[in-house]
Amino acid sequence: MHIPKEKITSILATDCGSTTTKAILIEKVDGVFRLVKRGEAPTTVEAPIEDVTQGVLNAITELEELCHRKFLDSGAIVKPKKNEKQGVDIYISTSSAGGGLQMMVAGVVKSMTGESAQRAALGAGAIVMDVIATNDGRLPHEEIERIRHLRPDMILLAGGIDGGTTEHVAKLAELIAAADPKPRLGISYQLPIVYAGNNKAAGLVEERLGKKTALDITDNLRPTLETENLMPARHKIQALFLHHVMQQAPGYNKLMKMTDVDIMPTPGAVGDIMQLIAKQKGIQVVGADIGGATTDVFSVFQGIYNKTVSANYGMSYSISNVFVDAGLDNIMRWVPFTMDERDLRNRIKNKMIRPTTIPYLLKELIVEQAVAREALRLSFDQHKALAVGLKGVQKERTIGDALTQEDSGESLVNLMRLNMLIGSGGVLSHAPRRQQTAMMLMDSFLPEGITQLTVDSIFMMPQLGVLAKVHPEAALQVFEKDCLIYLGTCIAPVGAGKEGKPCVNVKMKKQNGHEVDIDVPFGQLHIIGLPVGETAEVTVTPVRGFDMGEGSGAAVRGTVHGGTTGVIIDTRGRRPFELPKDNTKRVEKLLEWIKAMDLYPKYPKFE
Amino acid sequence: MANAYTPGLKVSENTIITKERRLPLMGDVLVKKGSRVKHSDIVAKTELPGNVELVNVVNKLSIDPKEIKDFMLLKEGDRVKKGESIAQSSSFFGIFTTPCPSPCDGTIESISSATGQVVLRQNPTPVEVLSFIDGIVDEIIPKEGVVVKSTGAYIQGIFGVGGETVGELQIVATSPSTVLDENMINDSHAGKIIVGGSLITASAIKKAQSCKVKGIIAGGIDDETLKNFLGYDLGVAITGNENKGITLVVTEGFGNINMAGKTFELLKQNNGKRTSINGATQIRAGVIRPEIIIPKDNLTETDIATPPEANLMMDVGCTVRIIRVPHFGAIATVTALPPEPFEIETGAKVRVVEVKIDQTGEKFTLPRANVELIEK
Repeated sequence: MHIPKEKITSILATDCGSTTTKAILIEKVDGVFRLVKRGEAPTTVEAPIEDVTQGVLNAITELEELCHRKFLDSGAIVKPKKNEKQGVDIYISTSSAGGGLQMMVAGVVKSMTGESAQRAALGAGAIVMDVIATNDGRLPHEEIERIRHLRPDMILLAGGIDGGTTEHVAKLAELIAAADPKPRLGISYQLPIVYAGNNKAAGLVEERLGKKTALDITDNLRPTLETENLMPARHKIQALFLHHVMQQAPGYNKLMKMTDVDIMPTPGAVGDIMQLIAKQKGIQVVGADIGGATTDVFSVFQGIYNKTVSANYGMSYSISNVFVDAGLDNIMRWVPFTMDERDLRNRIKNKMIRPTTIPYLLKELIVEQAVAREALRLSFDQHKALAVGLKGVQKERTIGDALTQEDSGESLVNLMRLNMLIGSGGVLSHAPRRQQTAMMLMDSFLPEGITQLTVDSIFMMPQLGVLAKVHPEAALQVFEKDCLIYLGTCIAPVGAGKEGKPCVNVKMKKQNGHEVDIDVPFGQLHIIGLPVGETAEVTVTPVRGFDMGEGSGAAVRGTVHGGTTGVIIDTRGRRPFELPKDNTKRVEKLLEWIKAMDLYPKYPKFE
Repeated sequence: MANAYTPGLKVSENTIITKERRLPLMGDVLVKKGSRVKHSDIVAKTELPGNVELVNVVNKLSIDPKEIKDFMLLKEGDRVKKGESIAQSSSFFGIFTTPCPSPCDGTIESISSATGQVVLRQNPTPVEVLSFIDGIVDEIIPKEGVVVKSTGAYIQGIFGVGGETVGELQIVATSPSTVLDENMINDSHAGKIIVGGSLITASAIKKAQSCKVKGIIAGGIDDETLKNFLGYDLGVAITGNENKGITLVVTEGFGNINMAGKTFELLKQNNGKRTSINGATQIRAGVIRPEIIIPKDNLTETDIATPPEANLMMDVGCTVRIIRVPHFGAIATVTALPPEPFEIETGAKVRVVEVKIDQTGEKFTLPRANVELIEK
């Protein structure tokens, strides 16, 4: 960086997504860093441009026009800031264009070192294409075929605890050597392989892979059964990503020269900012970033950070895959009108082949938001399966444990303990009404108990994540003031009941002394207005058979946060949450909820 | 903002075409720079390493991995036939022997005294890269391939299925709105690339396959038809390796959509010419779109006026294609580019473009994201 941190007053940051490149300007105003404006343009990795920097320059050009200032001079960023009309002090960027970082991981036991390796790669911002393990049920030749076929950008090889048996790791190394994998981009360089397994086997791995691949050896990511040490492997992966993989993607060499600090993979940057929030506020957080090609889910429970990337769930490039995996019925269950299947299929495929288009008609918006609910639901299911405690750990068991049949490897995600749900990504951040965002988050994640709902206002968490590396104060100030939009708080008792029967009583005392006392029957959505910035004390008393976290029928007290939507009492049921099976009743309920939430401008004229 | 960046698909009557022809692995380049090549000429070749078989010798012979080399009958690099013993143990003073036969023909690649495994590499598979288009070798990429240069017509499709194929172009549609059905295809179309209008029907694909047609080009295809043709629902748009004996190139999108007039006219002008098509599509970063290339022998580079720098900025007067409902597929002229965001039916405030639809004269305001430029 060419300028000392304390002298920075103007920051230009971009995020090159798979579909859109976003540029933001952050400046110090009256001693505090604030977001000034945001511009965007299509990402340009496609012919005829095939140069990511063109999309960056286009997004910055839009920013120039919106700010009436000059940041570019003959295609170069003017640095440092010359005056109020020209230049910025630093330029930083994140990127998920180029398909992101695509990795394969290998470990000895799939549910132990295999899973730890997967967590290390995902935490570094990678998409994990496959997990190879000695017990994955495939024959060696099938695994070799798979490695050859997938052509990953990088392989992470783990396995064994330090000082343990070396034979299985050596077998895995032989398997990779036999596959002789070629990198996805460019055939003239060797495939990077990170070895983070049993330290005693490092020599054997070196013998087998040292000449054939660009092997890098780092600390074991599972040095003992009881501990995970993911950071050394993550750092190594990120460094190799920058120096091997990104250099092959169109225009990245140019972009790397433009930025003042290393480009970060977008999911890595978002993960950093999520962890910062959880730590600062001492809360349990779930975040989801739904993009065009992938959906990333982050969680911090009991101080443990987990991230997953659902590589083929997204709203443009991957929209068709959401349709295939979720199925027509699951998508249409959220839609309060009928659609011809042929027409719907064609529309979804057209979005896939022309990913930058946006819905113009209200019905199209409703269908896209239905797809988003399913993409988020599927991605969250994948996250819950991976965000688990270490498996294979010996635990002292009490009689109670034996009765509850709890074992190592249970999911860390506990929706009842969740404090804040953060949404991010175009379909959530740019929903025409904030109530739509709240509803999509509730329908996909089904929060339980009392949960605050927020959304990244204009999808700038990636840029703030990389900014936190250079200027943490600036990142936090912007995050607090401009990034998060507080949508409100969801109160959702767990249980199932009959339509219209008693479910919950909520007593709320607002800061101005105003009190609300309401009974909400089963099957409804009810909103109590509470503006952004205000809090209220609530006592929530569910009827017997429903649980707010303290057991069936037990009252809970807590603080709820206001927001653009307010406090939403959701008595639609949890575990299970079910929509009416009868189509007429389903549409009636959907329309009722749409009205209660004031979701769409044309209600109820959908036909 | 008076203008906006809006890339479109390329449709050029006369242009310089360069095709990179690369091997998947390092190998030998067989042609020289400047030499003239035909579409069917092999320009580079290599050998893909054969599949491997892992033989767990120590398990079979009940020995310790450290002893494996004492029991091996062959060493690394030796060739082996299927059934031939690669290792053997004996007991009772050599009276009883336990052989370990090779499961395939190949070469002993490695013998591991850590795991007790022997890696057998099957015989390599030759891979050849063809020129794909008629032209001149413009550049040699040492050990990897060549760049072939040609002149002619070039059309980018939006989506395709199936790999590279070359055949005579045959227009079977009467207009860009003709739906291609089975009655329009017969045995005389064998080995040809046929051009339909607005839609490829399922029955037309079946008939084309039975008549050994090499490829079909049309404006649209129904997703349902595609699903039935592929035998699965396409989730991620990465295509090109389907082994269906026919290549499909769609120029406009999914559904019944008239082929753009310019594209149809250009194909019509080239009726009967040898045409190279590739359906390979990758809708991901580093996007690959399907291609239609019609090389012209009599056209030299000097005949082609240097094209003005590709203008990808949309401005008033530009011709655009509407790429999302409503009016999907319509060709229109830009009448205004309001700088301020505008509220559309969904309630979203977006940057818009005002257009006049060429065919009907109707005026609409649409999101800028929902139009693409048609290069002139």
